[in-house]
Amino acid sequence: MTAPAADFRASATAALADPQIRANFRRAMDGLMAKRAALFADPEEWRALRALGAAIRARSLANLPELLEQLEERCGANGIAVHWAETVAEANAAVLAILRAHGASRVVKGKSMVSEEMHLNDFLGAHGVESLESDLGEYIVQLDEETPSHIIMPAIHKNGRQIARLFGEKIRGAQYTEDVDALTGMARRVLRRKFEEADAGLSGVNFAVAETGTLVLIENEGNGRMSTHVPPVHIALMGIEKVVERLEDVPPLLALLCRSATGQTITTYTNLISGPRGPREKDGPREVHLVILDNGRSRIFLDPELRATLRCIRCGACMNHCPVYTRVGGHAYGTVYPGPIGKILTPQVEGLKARHELVHASSLCGACVEICPVRIPITEILLRLRREASHRLPGSTVREAGEARNPWEDRTWALWRRVHASAGLYRLVTRLLARLRRLPPPRLGPLRAWTAARTAPRPAPRTLHELARDRGVRDA
Amino acid sequence: MRDGGQAAPDAPAVAGGQTAPEARERILGRLRSARAAAGGPAVHAGTAPAPGEAVARAGHAAAPRAQGEPGARPPDTAFLAAKAWPPAERLARLRRCMEAVKTEFVEATAATWPAAVRELLRSAGARNVMAGAGSALAAPLAAACAGGDPPALLLYDRPVEELKESLFSTVDAGITSCLGSIAETGGLILCPSPEEPRLLSLVPPIHLVLLDPASIWDTLWQAVRELGWARSIPPNALVVSGPSKTADIEQTLAYGVHGPKRLVVVLVDGGGAGSPAPAR
Repeated sequence: MTAPAADFRASATAALADPQIRANFRRAMDGLMAKRAALFADPEEWRALRALGAAIRARSLANLPELLEQLEERCGANGIAVHWAETVAEANAAVLAILRAHGASRVVKGKSMVSEEMHLNDFLGAHGVESLESDLGEYIVQLDEETPSHIIMPAIHKNGRQIARLFGEKIRGAQYTEDVDALTGMARRVLRRKFEEADAGLSGVNFAVAETGTLVLIENEGNGRMSTHVPPVHIALMGIEKVVERLEDVPPLLALLCRSATGQTITTYTNLISGPRGPREKDGPREVHLVILDNGRSRIFLDPELRATLRCIRCGACMNHCPVYTRVGGHAYGTVYPGPIGKILTPQVEGLKARHELVHASSLCGACVEICPVRIPITEILLRLRREASHRLPGSTVREAGEARNPWEDRTWALWRRVHASAGLYRLVTRLLARLRRLPPPRLGPLRAWTAARTAPRPAPRTLHELARDRGVRDA
Repeated sequence: MRDGGQAAPDAPAVAGGQTAPEARERILGRLRSARAAAGGPAVHAGTAPAPGEAVARAGHAAAPRAQGEPGARPPDTAFLAAKAWPPAERLARLRRCMEAVKTEFVEATAATWPAAVRELLRSAGARNVMAGAGSALAAPLAAACAGGDPPALLLYDRPVEELKESLFSTVDAGITSCLGSIAETGGLILCPSPEEPRLLSLVPPIHLVLLDPASIWDTLWQAVRELGWARSIPPNALVVSGPSKTADIEQTLAYGVHGPKRLVVVLVDGGGAGSPAPAR
């Protein structure tokens, strides 16, 4: 259930051969792209909104340490307890400690990608705490012991029939039905009881506002409100990059997020949580905790170019528009965050040696850059990481930079350099190729990876130098 | 506890806090060190790296593009401020946006809304409706529901711990006021309070909201600014734009997944809806 093996090539090949995955993703992604495009029909508004969104996120990052401290201070004043975690293990421990302090054994969860980073459900399960996903998509994925295949629509890889079968098998007393309303009703029945009984609720955070100490959470289902307001304790999880400076920064970011993510102008619920139950209030959690997780983000922050990675507002639009993601689906990446943002985020967090395959899993077509609502230069970052994978740049702070070096590649380029540096050698090699009219055996050794899906080019019968000489150009 | 955010910077975490001070210092220390390397603290609205930074990385082509980097100048919000609809169009736009996601609208006046609510609930087969004890809506509704026929008026008059079971199993509808609404996208701004608890708008299958049609902001951005929440924000506030919904199964829209299955906006002409903050 945790991260699968990091062999992207093999899992992508398998996914490409699976007509079910291809059809499910194609259908869903086409729908999402069309819905998003309809809401950004006015290019002038898109330009202005996007420039503002990117500027807000960039400004937030420029002042990140100060804003985090201000957030902590304001949350504290509002009665929200703030916990810092440098690693996933520390974050899990912080959550468990809060739960233990309340003797909590049943937890309901709203959607949180940070909790996926933490593999929190497995961790809590191993410590005797039932952690139940309540977002319908996450619930489906958890019921089938899978991981999300999309950061916004976790169960997008499944079609109705697959979900109907799953519910028929796993939900007690369920009749098999493919009716979406009936399936939704089944989940409602199960989960409402769980909300009522839960000892604590967990959630993510879309934006945390430093000036007011407010956690902004958006959702359509109401499970987020249920998880954060019904149980006596609410624990919110966020990455350090989620902070914004001012409350009025939030509406434009929400406009970008909702439209980019699901093609809505606004979600059903936009929840602003700025404290636990007040002294005269009759409901709401008695305690609100905020766990702020680093998990490699502050290292990304160290590099002024790579820092743009942290602008991400997790809309998932880069996935929906990616020619790779839409074909192989989210699971092929074997990462918590799939698609273009996953390709730049995961190698930086987990290391280039372990995850260098991902930075090459792109055609650099730039579709993600074109639609990113906060203008993250994803292709430039991919290129930078490709370079860093084999050659550590001076002063580099990238994890495992230079450790994905391929000796064959190094030798090939060394030879290339040598040939081009010597006129005699260059003449010999080009003439040889022109006479042979073929490259070294293309199906041998490492060349095979290239020629397996491509035709090897055939050298021309005469070299460029020879052709030039025929036209009267004289050797220098 | 809520003192306008003027607490000491080092206010200790409240009950149950398991802070790891070394984690905090390490994270903040690393973030600050990045900035020290980039040539001192960042200016208010800047992210563009110091010029020397780009040069230091000249070994590769994709150096940060200083002038293309957003944030180098103050963000332009003029286009947000310019978004406005004539008063007559605001309500129509609000209705169009919210009806598109299955919100229902009922028109009434300060005198007729309690009876309108009663009739609507009666035709929905609701046995009861819950209002907050002490809310301005409770008394008029009590008068309208006094006959003994359903719906009966219930009051949210004690802590949720004593009410949770009936709230989840027997309450058919909840009724609340709102601060106003948003013309651009649709959406009601709710601000739960001791008189109108948070779960009233969430747990019962039908949620009724009284709205004064005069309190419609153009955008959420304007509402947030005019409500003054940057200075003092309630512990919980929210925007609700429709009944609970999901598209997690095959992108097919289904309503009523966790929260209310029906959201009914009762437009109370003449401002008798108890809206505390008319927009303009």
